Amino acid sequence: MLTLTHYLVLAAILFAISVLGIFLNRKNVIVLLMAIELMLLAVNYNFIAFSHYLSDTAGQIFVFFILTVAAAESAIGLAILVVLFRNLRTINVEDLGSLKG
Amino acid sequence: MEMKSLYLLIALAPLAGSAIAGLLGWAIGRVAAHLVTIGGVAVSAVGAVYVLNGLLNGAPTFDGPVYTWLTVGGIDYSVGFLIDNLTAMMMVVVTSVSLMVHIYTIGYMHEDPGYQRFFSYISLFTFSMLMLVMSNNFIQLFFGWEAVGLVSYLLIGFWFKKPTAIFANLKAFLVNRVGDFGFLLGIGMVLAYFGGSLHYADVFAAAPGLATKTVQIFPGVEWSLMTVTCILLFIGAMGKSAQFPLHVWLPDSMEGPTPISALIHAATMVTAGIFMVSRMSPLFELSDTALSFILVIGSITALFMGFLGIIQNDIKRVVAYSTLSQLGYMTVALGVSAYPVAVFHLMTHAFFKALLFLGAGSVIMGMHHEQDMRRMGGLWKYMPVTWFTSLLGSLALIGTPFFAGFYSKDSIIEAVAASHIPGSSFAYFAVVAGVFITAFYSFRMYFLVFHGEERFRHVHHDDHHGHHDDHGHGHAHVPHESPWVVTLPLVLLAIPSVIIGFIAIEPMLFGDFFKNVIFINHEAHPVMEELAHEFHGAVGMGVHSLSTLPFWLALGGVATAWLFYMKAPQIPAMFKAKLGAIHTLLENKYYLDDIYFGVFAKGSRGLGTLLWKVGDQLLIDGLLVNGSAKVVGAFSAVVRKLQTGFIYSYATAMIIGVLGLMTIWFSGLIAH
Amino acid sequence: MSFQAFVFYVLSAILVFAGVRVITAKNPVHAALFLVLAFFTASGHWLLLQSEFLAISLVLVYVGAVMVLFLFVVMMLDIDFEQLREGFWRNLPVAGTVAAIMVAEMVLILTSPESNLNGFKEPAALAADYSNVKDLGRQIYTTYLYPFELAAVLLLLAIVAAIALTMRKRKDTKWVDPAEQVKVRRNDRVRMIQMAAEPRVEDRGGDTNNDNAAA
Repeated sequence: MLTLTHYLVLAAILFAISVLGIFLNRKNVIVLLMAIELMLLAVNYNFIAFSHYLSDTAGQIFVFFILTVAAAESAIGLAILVVLFRNLRTINVEDLGSLKG
Repeated sequence: MEMKSLYLLIALAPLAGSAIAGLLGWAIGRVAAHLVTIGGVAVSAVGAVYVLNGLLNGAPTFDGPVYTWLTVGGIDYSVGFLIDNLTAMMMVVVTSVSLMVHIYTIGYMHEDPGYQRFFSYISLFTFSMLMLVMSNNFIQLFFGWEAVGLVSYLLIGFWFKKPTAIFANLKAFLVNRVGDFGFLLGIGMVLAYFGGSLHYADVFAAAPGLATKTVQIFPGVEWSLMTVTCILLFIGAMGKSAQFPLHVWLPDSMEGPTPISALIHAATMVTAGIFMVSRMSPLFELSDTALSFILVIGSITALFMGFLGIIQNDIKRVVAYSTLSQLGYMTVALGVSAYPVAVFHLMTHAFFKALLFLGAGSVIMGMHHEQDMRRMGGLWKYMPVTWFTSLLGSLALIGTPFFAGFYSKDSIIEAVAASHIPGSSFAYFAVVAGVFITAFYSFRMYFLVFHGEERFRHVHHDDHHGHHDDHGHGHAHVPHESPWVVTLPLVLLAIPSVIIGFIAIEPMLFGDFFKNVIFINHEAHPVMEELAHEFHGAVGMGVHSLSTLPFWLALGGVATAWLFYMKAPQIPAMFKAKLGAIHTLLENKYYLDDIYFGVFAKGSRGLGTLLWKVGDQLLIDGLLVNGSAKVVGAFSAVVRKLQTGFIYSYATAMIIGVLGLMTIWFSGLIAH
Repeated sequence: MSFQAFVFYVLSAILVFAGVRVITAKNPVHAALFLVLAFFTASGHWLLLQSEFLAISLVLVYVGAVMVLFLFVVMMLDIDFEQLREGFWRNLPVAGTVAAIMVAEMVLILTSPESNLNGFKEPAALAADYSNVKDLGRQIYTTYLYPFELAAVLLLLAIVAAIALTMRKRKDTKWVDPAEQVKVRRNDRVRMIQMAAEPRVEDRGGDTNNDNAAA
């Protein structure tokens, strides 16, 4: 019998994998962005699961909006990445230190 | 014309002239500037005479508001006029002397680049002085008081490129601040205790009921309210009228051009204190302590400032010290409740002292801006008008019978003799001795300047062309008579200097002139009544005086001066050698200046430096401003290490944060 | 184990595997493709949860759009991915610890009786004519109209921003500025020159001289 806990634990694992990905791919912005997408997916899992088990579609609406924002975010993120690469010929995060205090 | 409009016209005409000459002087030129200011003052003078004439012929006293400035907490601050005989007389004196000085200035300042500015200032002064004397309340009085102080400051420093002038005007300003502080406190006392009004009439009406009231200025010490108020007000008068020990600014003020020395520092502004005390007579009459204080201060000033006049070599300084001494006489008269006599002397003194100053100025012009009497002599041949008018002025000053100064000064001496308040015996000695001294230094100056050897011929040319002696070059230093614009005021002032006393003594001192204007408590201070008792007409007074001590002392003074400076010039030198200590004391003006510089000026500078170094630089700048900046900087230096600029650092921090939040939530759950 | 549970576990296994491969793949193209797989799997899960509309949207938006974008970027940019993988495993101990603690905590929290997540029972079966799309649509266009419009503006903004960021003017292209063309004045183009006429020189060609004068 599937319960809410199943889905939530799965989402937690997915989230932890993303965290791991952010740690491991600390230099590669593209994979970082992918990891963030995964993280958002994990969050969406939560919303959908709760929506189902609470019989309340508001959760799905939220996911709808999160998808919108995530799409916008990845579009702009990748655009920034392109500009970055065009100007610096690199996407190595270690070379992007101009915000250093 | 409605009277209020006339009064406004009298007060505002000089202001208009001043504004035009001052603000538009560059555009309208010199002649227009002096015409417009003289026109303004002439209108005032004619108006003032008309007003005085009206009052003498029974016109009612005017006391009314003109303009309400503001009303705060039920206290009315307004511009208002009180026009009675005292005011009218002051108005006539102020405007007529001012008019003479205006005309004189055409000649005296002829070559000065600040011509229009000067006219603007003296007209502004006339306006301020009129506002002072015409006021019917303390606020306007204070306004006029400060305004004349301001103009005095501006005029003493008129030659602002001259360091000594700047020093002198600063000194005058600061010393006057001391007096004005007292004056302001006095006005504050009036406001606090006299029914909450600043209107003269209200205050005077409230005064008798407060005669025995006491106040605690310092905890535990009960002081008579009236005494405290009067002394505070008189401290203001001490500053403005240059009474000991606040007199130090007046001799230095001679750095200013001579016309303003005549107008401001002899005839009018310095008498503002005398006028004020007379105006406040209903208050001062209620405090014998204050009157004694005034008497002693006046006596010291009258006597000791006269001593200083003896050793001066600068012609203007002699006149300045003589002014101080005469102001002391007036103050003495106030102290013995002889307010009419003080005002009477104020009036006569205004004329003959203005005359003496303008005469001195004429001599200075004739000598090509030489002020040292040791380089003059024998000028009577070259400057006849100046010589004769100065002689008349000097005679009036020393109290020669039938001259103006005689009537006023002799009245003062008699009033002091008739008084019994504490200090009057010292005052009597001071004023009688002062007669001799006055005569001595006046005629010392007269002989040195106008008679004797023509010393200017011996002066080496290079000696004194340091200051502004540029037109004295080509020709020899032969003095010349001044132009008519200079001599005309001398003549016009010489006339009242001779006759005004004879004419005015009876109505002013013993008639009804000051009835209902000056209040005298005749039971406590019967001085005026005794004077009236002994008075048998102006002629009789003059004849009678020939057999009194003051006359012979004056004569002795003149004779001594003649002996010392005409007959046997070695005697003063001998005295100087023998009495070196006294001479040094006088030379240094009793060391008062040194004390002020050493204690007050240095003290306040030290305090200022201390506050600057410790308060400002160390605490505020160092600790608060730079210190806080440094703390922020130091903190930031640590914090900026956190800002690596690498995205993964921030991501890591975020993740650790999430972990932390989760852990907190988790531990919260476990705890249940 | 019911069929649903079976599907759930199979999909979960694929999802976890795909997720791990996303973050460990050497080639970003592979990572992107595994991400597609992850999203695809997730969409299957969401179908299990009866969110048909979102399941399909996820496939369309992510698999169809976002992932293509990722692939484009990865392939367009000339990136040395080997260099970016330097020190890849160095962070594993810390990262693993953090991730492990996170999973452990979350599992503990989620399964804790205090959370009482088991209190959420399987909801009653939906009616046969229930339409998830209709239901969402009604809500989006009524209750959530304003957020929906904001989301639309946000997407527009993203489009504009992405174009504005990446657009560049190439120097070697020829283009005209209409505004400049319209506001041109005669004096900008034509210069009148007064000059003396050249004397006729018989022995020279003369053409070159005339050309210079005309300029």
